[in-house]
Amino acid sequence: MVTGLINANPIVYERKARQVRSAPTNIDEYADEPIDQQEIFDHIRDIKDPEHPYSLEELKVVTEDSIEVNDKQSYVRVTFTPTVEHCSMATVIGLCLRVKLMRSLPSRYKVDVRIAPGTHATEAAVNKQLNDKERVAAALENPNLSEMVNECLAPTFA
Amino acid sequence: MDILERNLELRERQRLEGHTDRVWSLAWNPAAGVSGIPAMLASCSGDKTVRIWQQDPSGSWDCLAVLEDTHTRTVRSCAWSPSGKLLATASFDAATAVWEHIGGDFECVATLEGHENEVKSVSWNASGSLLATCSRDKTVWIWEVQPGNEFECVSVLQGHTQDVKMVQWHPFLDVLVSVSYDNSVKIWAEDGDSDDWHCVQTLNEASSGHTSTVWAVSFSSNGDRMVTCSDDLTLKIWDTSSNPSETSDSNCGSWRHLCTISGYHDRTIFSVNWSREGVIASGAADDAIRLFLESKDNSVDAPSYKLLSKKEKAHDMDVNSVQWNPKEPGVLASASDDGTIKIWELLEVPR
Repeated sequence: MVTGLINANPIVYERKARQVRSAPTNIDEYADEPIDQQEIFDHIRDIKDPEHPYSLEELKVVTEDSIEVNDKQSYVRVTFTPTVEHCSMATVIGLCLRVKLMRSLPSRYKVDVRIAPGTHATEAAVNKQLNDKERVAAALENPNLSEMVNECLAPTFA
Repeated sequence: MDILERNLELRERQRLEGHTDRVWSLAWNPAAGVSGIPAMLASCSGDKTVRIWQQDPSGSWDCLAVLEDTHTRTVRSCAWSPSGKLLATASFDAATAVWEHIGGDFECVATLEGHENEVKSVSWNASGSLLATCSRDKTVWIWEVQPGNEFECVSVLQGHTQDVKMVQWHPFLDVLVSVSYDNSVKIWAEDGDSDDWHCVQTLNEASSGHTSTVWAVSFSSNGDRMVTCSDDLTLKIWDTSSNPSETSDSNCGSWRHLCTISGYHDRTIFSVNWSREGVIASGAADDAIRLFLESKDNSVDAPSYKLLSKKEKAHDMDVNSVQWNPKEPGVLASASDDGTIKIWELLEVPR
């Protein structure tokens, strides 16, 4: 059992001001607006870190640049950076990102979530687990884990 | 004319709706679909239920029964006994249930418990006397069917280093294959004299095997080849030149890598199924279904499999299971994350 915090003193960064979306040039309000980096970032920036009262944005676990999106191909990849190399919360953070995107994006979307290369001791193992949908489905049926994920996601639905 | 020269296409015959979550797996009842007995298909889902679908005389499919209130979590896999009378279902709730088709009803007649956590797959051997299950607990269990719907665990097979995704018995020999998150394929057989089961062969990266999770395996109808599919985006064909039960004492079985089919799916391949007619169907996270057939026209040395047909956007989301109807050639069922099941027919279309 972990007694202390894994990263007791994380660096907290300032949150970026919310960007006001540029006024649409297209007057037709029913026209499809492609999903972009900023929209994806808005979905995930307020996810709470599993062990700190800060958001993933404040801890720079995710940034706008860590998101690759191709709306035409319905594809998004989020690359996140754990605060410490041995962060045992990496899997939970990844799970939160995946679940949030699953719930927010149209079902046509394919989502990949991975750890930034070189930022975690067991990078390959965590990536494999996060992208195995059977493991993800089973994890979400685990009441403790599911509660933890929902707690972290709560601020994003505020 | 060579079948590869013909223009074949999968045509959607019917879409079956009813599950309220992703559909993981499908099984055709092997005893139905001939001499007046209507064809029957079982499906299982993240909605914790199993549905039984039956074809009416007009050819249309209806839901005959919903098997619920037994499993408390996702039902991951289902399999009919060879007689078609029993249906086994494996669940994330760590249990495997056995259902009996009595009259028009399905009754849960046994619950097999023992795995530590999620059961991912279940398979009956050819005679229906043995059942195999596998789990995230890294083990494969072999159960013996006793009179009166009793099931006794006769062996717990350890060898995989990660969760075991699927188990499948050989079409007529008591040889079992398991595939795993540890990227390997293992072949298990019984010792001649002691009643012990052991691993006779491991097919891994060193044997030209997969480089990521192996999700499924299917045998050719004569049992001398098998195909596996993986998160590494490839399908691999394995061949046994000798009888797969004839293995030496050392840990060397008779299966060898024959060829790799790559470049057709661009996301994880979850399901593969070999038809009696020799057509390999694959279903993947790219929402597509692809069909492959051995090409006989090439040179002697390298056997190869060619793309016979493809169906992009077969479903709105990942394709989790593809299964050929064993009784009606060219009829394929598929299941998806979009919650639907589709019945397809392979048809020749004019160019």
